[in-house]
Amino acid sequence: AMLDPDSGLSLTIARIVQRLKGSSLHSQLERQARVSLHNPEIKLESLKEDIKDFLKTSGWEKKLQNAVYSELNMFPSPCHPAAPPEHMKEPLAYMRKAQGSWEKRILKSLNSMCTELSIPLAQKRPVSEQKELLNKWNEMGTDEPDLSLFRPVYAPKDFLEVLMNLRNPNYENGEQPSFRNHLGLIQVPLKVKDIPELKEDFSELGLSIGQLGIDDSAQVPPEFFENEHVHIGQKVLAEQDSAAAQQYVRQGCPTALRADLWALILNISNQPEDILYYEQLKSNVIQHDLLVDSLIYKDVKLTASNDDYYFVFEDYLYQVLLCFSRDTSVLEHFTYSSATPPKSYIKGKLGMEEYAVFYPPNGKNFNYNSFIISVAPLCFLYHEPSKLYQIFREMYVRFFFRLHSISSHPSGIVSLCLLFETLLQTHLPQLFYHLREIGAQPLRISFKWMVRAFSGYLATDQLLLLWDRILGYNSLEILAVLAAAVFAFRAVNLMEVTSLAAAE
Amino acid sequence: FMIMAGKVKWVTDIEKSVLINNFEKRGWIQVAENEDWNFYWMSVQTIRNVFSVETGYRLSDDQIVNHFPNHYELTRKDLMVKNIKRYRKELEKEGSPLAEKDENGKYIYLDFVPVTFMLPADYNLFVEEFRKNPSSTWIMKPCGKAQGKGIFLINKLSQIKKWSRDSKTSSFVSQSSKEAYVISLYINNPLLIGGKKFDLRLYVLVSTYRPLRCYMYKLGFCRFCTVKYTPSTSELDNMFVHLTNVAIQKHGDDYNHIHGGKWTVSNLRLYLESTRGKEVTNKLFDEIHWIIVQSLKAVAPVMNNDKHCFECYGYDIIIDDKLKPWLIEVNASPSLTSSTANDRILKYNLINDTLNIAVPNGEIPDCKWNKSPPKEVLGNYEVLYDEEMAQSDGPDRDLRSRSGQSTGVKGNRARDSGKPVLTTWK
Repeated sequence: AMLDPDSGLSLTIARIVQRLKGSSLHSQLERQARVSLHNPEIKLESLKEDIKDFLKTSGWEKKLQNAVYSELNMFPSPCHPAAPPEHMKEPLAYMRKAQGSWEKRILKSLNSMCTELSIPLAQKRPVSEQKELLNKWNEMGTDEPDLSLFRPVYAPKDFLEVLMNLRNPNYENGEQPSFRNHLGLIQVPLKVKDIPELKEDFSELGLSIGQLGIDDSAQVPPEFFENEHVHIGQKVLAEQDSAAAQQYVRQGCPTALRADLWALILNISNQPEDILYYEQLKSNVIQHDLLVDSLIYKDVKLTASNDDYYFVFEDYLYQVLLCFSRDTSVLEHFTYSSATPPKSYIKGKLGMEEYAVFYPPNGKNFNYNSFIISVAPLCFLYHEPSKLYQIFREMYVRFFFRLHSISSHPSGIVSLCLLFETLLQTHLPQLFYHLREIGAQPLRISFKWMVRAFSGYLATDQLLLLWDRILGYNSLEILAVLAAAVFAFRAVNLMEVTSLAAAE
Repeated sequence: FMIMAGKVKWVTDIEKSVLINNFEKRGWIQVAENEDWNFYWMSVQTIRNVFSVETGYRLSDDQIVNHFPNHYELTRKDLMVKNIKRYRKELEKEGSPLAEKDENGKYIYLDFVPVTFMLPADYNLFVEEFRKNPSSTWIMKPCGKAQGKGIFLINKLSQIKKWSRDSKTSSFVSQSSKEAYVISLYINNPLLIGGKKFDLRLYVLVSTYRPLRCYMYKLGFCRFCTVKYTPSTSELDNMFVHLTNVAIQKHGDDYNHIHGGKWTVSNLRLYLESTRGKEVTNKLFDEIHWIIVQSLKAVAPVMNNDKHCFECYGYDIIIDDKLKPWLIEVNASPSLTSSTANDRILKYNLINDTLNIAVPNGEIPDCKWNKSPPKEVLGNYEVLYDEEMAQSDGPDRDLRSRSGQSTGVKGNRARDSGKPVLTTWK
């Protein structure tokens, strides 16, 4: 039976109410309502209406709206009430299976590193070491631990190999060799948008509409548009309206307004309890040493420390990532991610469920390499550690996690790869064929761009303009479109190269 | 007859590839110092000889050099401060609004050099100032040295006893200019990014002092210390915390050869706009331009405005945590050594654009030309101040430009908010 729209809506409402019920916003609203009883305008006869009006005029209704809007953005629409929870995470069985195998492989790699190096996955730090780390908290970059024996859990190309080998067991490729299936690296039949659909979805990026950050001759004179746009941005911020902000940033953020607009869209307000939460995570870091910490150090040293733009923020990266790996609230997002947090067992209790813990605590094992570089650009916007942390965590659980897990989601890395290849193949078939012939499959080049959301490949001011659109459209599809556009832009030169190296 | 245009003959005593590559790409011909030359890129020692009373010689109309004879009026730490102090007093005497002071007696518009004294000459004056704020830190810098050599910090009078005028250890030798020091109030609240201190290196080209015509290179950079900043007295001796000179930092454990601890000025701008807002960022950059122009105006009256000369200065500026810029010093011979690949490209382009302005069309120069290059050859330079143009606009131009309208400091703000750059693919 088809899910009728009403029960779909009431399911959504029920879910959102459930999620907001335990939140700090809920207790704040309750508190506000109680406090308002002292107001003379609140009359006993019309108590409910008066309190509602009060909440509206004092801006609390707007905060609630923003929270609801945020929930809608994050979670997929519910499927049939009878569908099992795995379907919420990922409806396609073969994708779930592939993600599961991938996770097992990573965990195995981590465990064998542990055994080889005789280092436990986690251990409590001796008090003296705790003190030392606390003193050095703001300058962990100057530490020089011996990291030579640690190796990254996997390399980006390993992940690409896994994606290339994905097959839908229900889909018989052999009988109908189609153009699409044979030329690209991704061989699963996911639905991706074509240009007309993209044009419609991304209508605000049309040529006749003003944008921030472009210098080609635009139909709208830039200075005129800019002033107007900044003005509107200031109004949006004054209104504190998440939905309006999300719409607004589709045309780019003025640099001075960006930090506040992103916080508004992501519904981050840095309340005292948020700061406290961050401090708690920090104390977890101080007290316990995790194996993944060394992997984090190593990856930050390899990437951000050597980057022209991000080296300045090296110390912030350690702080954010070490805290992140211990943040169990991240586990929540596994309800809608195809991934499952890996479990580890307390020594000697293998297989006994009551002794299972998630490792690392936030359930995330992956190549930090790609990931570190997604934190770094945020350092240009937020210099207060707990706010930086929350913005990053929110960006991660909304968007960036999809770049590291195998799923059928339209913003998942598999779909992005397929979208990229399809766009290129459809619109630049000659180029695609030529590159394939010389052993330079386009995806081999663009994969690393997309998996890092272009961080490390674009100048920061332009990267931020790109991420404005990710937030504005609540989708990562733009990464695939940009990747294809880069190839289109360089098509003439690329037609003349004869090797993968030259193409790079 | 075929008249062949002569090629520019060049000499240099600075063996740097960024220079030589630029000369060669113009097809100029290298000659020796004792031969007929048109263009000499010389070190500061050599310029002393060329213009010295005993050993100097007259330059002919087709000869250009890259220093003004008495550049040290700007580039020696003590003379720079002396000239700025004199300039301020003069403005005050003539009742100029620029010399206005606030209720504490500080110049509102011209307080851009930290309080500085010459030692040993001003020792007693310094002691008086020191005692007003005994917990302050001061920085001692030798007048004639560069690259951070000989610099140290003090927070106790006993640490500089030997510069006291009554000191028995002070001898005739210490009076010579080689041992002269300046002592300045240390800016112990620098703006920190990522917890680290940094300073700004900006390049300014002066083609003439009277009328003053100067250009600012758009691609300056920030130099970061590798070690976290702390004003703690226990770290006063740690030069890795306090001195941003690359010559010092590159010996630190954490020095990185890929980025060299350098950030572009546009990164700085992006960071400040994003975290502090556009108005305060614009104000900061306007102030930076302002203090550079004021410093040049201060020395203009005493500069030997020899028409054979131009000069490319390296300005060092520190921004404090209230976003106020301070002029630390001006270098006559900014380093042309490249610490990273990006650096090499930047300095190569710097020299290229400098030569395009100083030696028009790359042809044999005529020092009598009007030194007004067309806009197209500026490259990455933009006009910082053009006295001739400014004067043609009216006498109270200076005051207007100070109050924020971008008339005096020619179009810098307009340019910055204007054209965004092409996609920069790393």
